[in-house]
Amino acid sequence: MNLEILLLLMVLPPLVGAALNGILGRRFSQATVSLIGCGGAGLSMVFALLSAWIYSNSTIEPVPFTYPYFTWIQAGELRAEYAFYYDRLTLIMTLTVTVVAFLIHLYSRGYMEHEGGYYRFFAYLNLFLFMMLTLVTAANYPLMFVGWEGVGLCSYLLIGFYFRKKSAADAGKKAFIVTRIGDAGFTVGVALLFWTFKSLDFKTVFDRVAGLPQRQLESVLTAIGLLLFLGAVGKSAQLPLYVWLPDAMEGPTPVSALIHAATMVTAGVYLVARSSIIFAHAPSALAVVGVVGCLTALFAGTIALTQNDLKRMLAYSTISQLGYMFLGCGAGVFAAGIFHLMTHAFFKSLLFLGAGSVMHAMSGELDMRKMGGLWRKLRTTHATFLMGTLAISGVPLFAGFFSKDEILAGAYEGPLGRPWLFWLGAFTAALTAFYMFRGLCLTFYGKSRVEPEAERHLHESGYKMTIPLMVLAFFSVVAGWVSWPKAWHGSEAFDRYLDPVFGRATDALRNVSPEHNANLSSGELMGFSILAAAIGMGIALWWYLKSTDIPEQLAERYADLYRILTHKYYVDEFYNWLIVRPLCIISDKFLWRVVDTEVIDHVMVNGTGEETARVGGVLRRIQSGNIPSYAAWVLLGAVLWLLYVFAAHA
Amino acid sequence: MVPLSHYLALSVILFVLGAAGFIFRRNIITVFMCIELMLNAVNLAFMAFSRFLGNLDGQIFVFFVIVVAAAEAAVGLAIIIALHRNRESLNIEDVDSMKM
Repeated sequence: MNLEILLLLMVLPPLVGAALNGILGRRFSQATVSLIGCGGAGLSMVFALLSAWIYSNSTIEPVPFTYPYFTWIQAGELRAEYAFYYDRLTLIMTLTVTVVAFLIHLYSRGYMEHEGGYYRFFAYLNLFLFMMLTLVTAANYPLMFVGWEGVGLCSYLLIGFYFRKKSAADAGKKAFIVTRIGDAGFTVGVALLFWTFKSLDFKTVFDRVAGLPQRQLESVLTAIGLLLFLGAVGKSAQLPLYVWLPDAMEGPTPVSALIHAATMVTAGVYLVARSSIIFAHAPSALAVVGVVGCLTALFAGTIALTQNDLKRMLAYSTISQLGYMFLGCGAGVFAAGIFHLMTHAFFKSLLFLGAGSVMHAMSGELDMRKMGGLWRKLRTTHATFLMGTLAISGVPLFAGFFSKDEILAGAYEGPLGRPWLFWLGAFTAALTAFYMFRGLCLTFYGKSRVEPEAERHLHESGYKMTIPLMVLAFFSVVAGWVSWPKAWHGSEAFDRYLDPVFGRATDALRNVSPEHNANLSSGELMGFSILAAAIGMGIALWWYLKSTDIPEQLAERYADLYRILTHKYYVDEFYNWLIVRPLCIISDKFLWRVVDTEVIDHVMVNGTGEETARVGGVLRRIQSGNIPSYAAWVLLGAVLWLLYVFAAHA
Repeated sequence: MVPLSHYLALSVILFVLGAAGFIFRRNIITVFMCIELMLNAVNLAFMAFSRFLGNLDGQIFVFFVIVVAAAEAAVGLAIIIALHRNRESLNIEDVDSMKM
């Protein structure tokens, strides 16, 4: 089977499904809608697996497979085809995306059963999958941007799915507008890229960049790198454009799982990883990536400590973990960043789907202060959520441990690694373990604080929801085993696998950065990261299982700090004061009152009419009905004409 | 020989008289007579040029003008009669219902 056909078969079914469900879905039964929706996602997954198989066994492997289907843009020097670029990185991305998406589609069958707009939901979800696949298989920046914008659109549609609820509609707007800022950076970066290389095709650009001697074109490459990263900052919710992600929890939980944990938000990481060669020749830009990632991870981690809403906590956790991925890429160990992307997709979507299951059981309640002791009634949900928690906390042998450890090791000894990046990362790992186990304990363990009303409805979710949970739990355990660490005499197979993709970049980086004296060995580094996880977990268990009055006492003693954390450092309020309110005032007082009402409505529209009427009123006086005056005008005209003729001849 | 300029001067004077009458007189019939006066002034000019340039074209054109003047007089008088029947007046200032 030809790869170009298989890839097309992978990408198109969700689009077809979206069209069918979107246009005709209103008349379909729920069974038909979910068949089309899950079918689209399922076909994608099947063809993704087939494509991976065919590619891996082909002769050209590991060289990227490119295939242009047709020329999409041809304008002067700019040429962009609708073409796929399939290499090992694409393989990993497509497999991760399609598997997780398929499982979430299945889960949604159960979750969205009693919500309205069933067909609309699956249509949007399918459309999203199509856009995301376009993003990761694109062979040039414009096509990737199509996918980029497409997932942004679907994110807006799905966050605002319950559009009658004002907070949901606002959240959708916020997401779209904030990521727009990043998109502006992306666009300018792409424009700069074209201006420099006269092409936007991946293969062409990357080969040219790789061929550059070190230091050449560094300033423009740095600018490009920073601008592209700005796009990533918006899409992947890093500082300072992360504010939309917590609000995005207004959307249905499967949306939070798919878009805001596993796939869309990872698009920024993919962008940076795909453009690795560019960043490798612009080390200052890459350093910025790493620092922003590290600081974001820490910042979001601190906020997650005091959140009481289960989904919000997971949202800040996502921001934090995305920071880790950027830290990995920024330190020069791109493979580690992608590894974490993959493991995170599994355990984060698991955690979100688990939260959805809890929400379902709790009749819509998400405040963890009103939960507790749920492990008795929600056995499967609890067990899988526990797996996810262990994974994200970096407990050894679970998936998150391997990927997080690789990132931390890279932060210390990678090409652009610095010890302080490692220490902040390790501290954040401790925070991660703490808030995750806090969440686990508050939700599932201890005495039940559930309100009697909700208590009566407590029930485990049906098989439609629990089976995907179990599958994801399985992956959360084993997905990390593909890359056994060096310290344990492993081969780090995952990293080796991605060498052909990142090799040129890594080599270029090694030439730039001097060998730092690594004072700590990999084994010691791993020891520290395990220690961090253990400390976080230990304190959480102590404070939320045993001596449960300690958190309240601490909150009282350090009331101000507690308040700042609970209010997320007042960043939203700050942005509101700095940007939103001035914009609204300008829009209202100036743009609306002055420009729209006065200038356009009054002067231009009404004015034109009134002027025309006035001129008409003047000109009308010629038609007086007075015949002698007509005669006089004729005579005048004749005289003037005669004068003109004589003047011309003279 | 009488110089050309004399003929032309006469033609111009007749034309101006006709134009002035056409603008300032009130009786419709008088206005029509002034129109005829203008046309004939032009005929005079054509004849004068024809004589002095030795070209017969001018005289041929005079024929055309006479024919047009005749036709126009016929139609115009018919209109005047219709107007008089409707308005009982031959005052040109009373014909003003086409004003905007």
